[in-house]
Amino acid sequence: MSSHFLPQPSPDASLPDEKGRFGEFGGRFVPETLIAALDQLETEYFQSRKDPAFQAELDILLRDFVGRPSPLYFAKRLTEHCGGAQIWLKREDLNHTGAHKINSTLGQALLTIRMGKKRVIAETGAGQHGVATATACAHFGLPCVIYMGEEDIRRQQPNVQSMKMLGAEICPVTSGSRTLRDAVNQAMRDWMSSVEETHYILGSVVGPHPFPLIVRDYQAVIGRETIRQSQARFGRLPDAVVACVGGGSNAAGMFYPFVAETDVPLVGVEAGGESDQPGRHASSLTFGKPGILHGSFSYVLQDEDGQTDDVHSASAGLDYPGVGPEHSHWKSTGRVEYRSCRDNEALAAFDLVARNEGILPALETSHALAKGMEVAKERGKDEIVVICLSGRGDKDAGEIQRLKNEAATRPN
Amino acid sequence: MSAIDKLFMRLKSEGKKAFMPFVTAGDPSLEFTAAMLKRLDAEGCHLAELGIPYSDPIADGPVIQASYTRSLNGGTKLSGIFSMACEVTAEISMPIVTMVSYAIIYRMGIDEYLRQAIAAGISGAIVPDMPVDESDELAAKCKLLDFSLIQLITPTTPRERAVQIAEQTTGFIYYVSVTGITGERTELPPDLADNLKWLRSVTDLPICVGFGISKLEHVEALKSVADGLIVGSAIVRRIAAATNEQAENEDVLNDVGEFSQGMLTAINA
Ligand SMILES: Cc1ncc(COP(=O)(O)O)c(C=O)c1O
Repeated sequence: MSSHFLPQPSPDASLPDEKGRFGEFGGRFVPETLIAALDQLETEYFQSRKDPAFQAELDILLRDFVGRPSPLYFAKRLTEHCGGAQIWLKREDLNHTGAHKINSTLGQALLTIRMGKKRVIAETGAGQHGVATATACAHFGLPCVIYMGEEDIRRQQPNVQSMKMLGAEICPVTSGSRTLRDAVNQAMRDWMSSVEETHYILGSVVGPHPFPLIVRDYQAVIGRETIRQSQARFGRLPDAVVACVGGGSNAAGMFYPFVAETDVPLVGVEAGGESDQPGRHASSLTFGKPGILHGSFSYVLQDEDGQTDDVHSASAGLDYPGVGPEHSHWKSTGRVEYRSCRDNEALAAFDLVARNEGILPALETSHALAKGMEVAKERGKDEIVVICLSGRGDKDAGEIQRLKNEAATRPN
Repeated sequence: MSAIDKLFMRLKSEGKKAFMPFVTAGDPSLEFTAAMLKRLDAEGCHLAELGIPYSDPIADGPVIQASYTRSLNGGTKLSGIFSMACEVTAEISMPIVTMVSYAIIYRMGIDEYLRQAIAAGISGAIVPDMPVDESDELAAKCKLLDFSLIQLITPTTPRERAVQIAEQTTGFIYYVSVTGITGERTELPPDLADNLKWLRSVTDLPICVGFGISKLEHVEALKSVADGLIVGSAIVRRIAAATNEQAENEDVLNDVGEFSQGMLTAINA
């Protein structure tokens, strides 16, 4: 019997290659100290894919603990509002813990145990990955330390509280811009000292090989289910698929099973922040250049000396100067189109979806919704646009209110 | 033969070991770094590692991270670092190698980076985020230019891989004493000496040890099993007291000079 939820032989099985490269992107640009652990992770991961007991355990967890498959939902009033193609939402917000991140943390927690490691660390931006990691660790009884930038601790308080209640230790990161990029740095530094007994559950398709491969494979359940659900509902594939891109894990998971279906346009949405000026957005694919950040070769926002730029997004989960290497590959081959969405467009989409559909989407997801509606408007009424609703927005209520008050009192 | 090869040949013939301080370029200013390098040379240090500040150093502890931040906040640019190095290397005899992230080399371009580094009188590079598996192109270009590419071996490196790294390395092998990031340690791992003896048995390259080394006891414990010792955080911490006041900086230069003199005396006592 083949698994419903788990990694199947990939449509483009050759990528990444044995050096962890997606075309020219990816690889491993990390200190030698970490190489043995990355090798071990790669070996164990490939073995786990062939281990029926491992697969069965994860399969059951995804069904009974996460609640998969997540529904593909017709957003009727949003569709009417836009007046274009039908908008369907892939409801990752209905997963346990409220986002797609749990798909990867359960798999990685099982890998942690398989490798005989006794402790877990993770970084988080929006806190969704932190909550999903803390949840997986509570489930398996693993001690867990979450690195989170101080600015993100401020703007994602509900998730901070959840992580604590789940027994995780939160380490506030006070260096740099005190956001996701600094949290990754600090988690990597912890790992440099603890690598022999600790697994780093990375939250997106970034970092050194094999993380972009493993996280993509665990998230690819999103795209596979979408294909099955589309076949069942429409008897065909959608006419376009849209997802937001921070590091790029929900998008990679959604897109990967569609990559071989070359008739289906794929649209990734980056955080456009406040303006196109350096430092005021987080659109690495739109405005960046290939370079090195956090262990991989990919598009990155840097200055001419190779120093990483500060970035800005209203959404903590997209506020990151890099992007997963497979997205860089998809950009360079033209398989995926990347658009950039401003803070205020995302906030407007949040309101619209809340009022018209009774769904509070995450601020990250609101970027996908804004551009997804744009894509729907460009298409005819008989066409189908699927948007990955990567997570729910309860965590953002306070911050959205604050941003609205700030906008209302800002002198013009 | 690079300047580093010559240095270790000479030290070997004299039966001596190398003391190698690390300083961050531009902390707190490039003028200070120039004065510091000249002072370290005058004290008789054998080689200096010049840390190129980077925004996201993952192998560095709080002391070196903070020095990078101070330097970058002060506006340090690669072009300024190379001009400073050019002026300094003309006046000193100890070779200088840069500790530099591959993010920085890649952005400038390997060829251009090597051209500018060599023009500035720099003898080699340590690229802490470029493991041997990714280093083919850089290693080949460095070899052609007789520019040393010093690679790292760590306690987590499997032995077969350590041999492979040693084969790719030029100048000296940088053996990382601990599984961890840079920063002063009270104690070094108990199996360090044994690991160094094993490494000695599989390579003829000089082996230098760094990370955590800060005290005379460390020097005592390692001088018989290593060809050189690298000291970073213990020096950068002292430099953190420097400001842009001339008089106060004289005190910092003296402090670091005395500390280095103590280590130098101990290593070749
Ligand atoms: C709901 C949600 N969507 C998207 C993201 C962005 O991450 P990724 O691009 O890896 O999916 C996050 C990250 O925190 C998130 O919480």
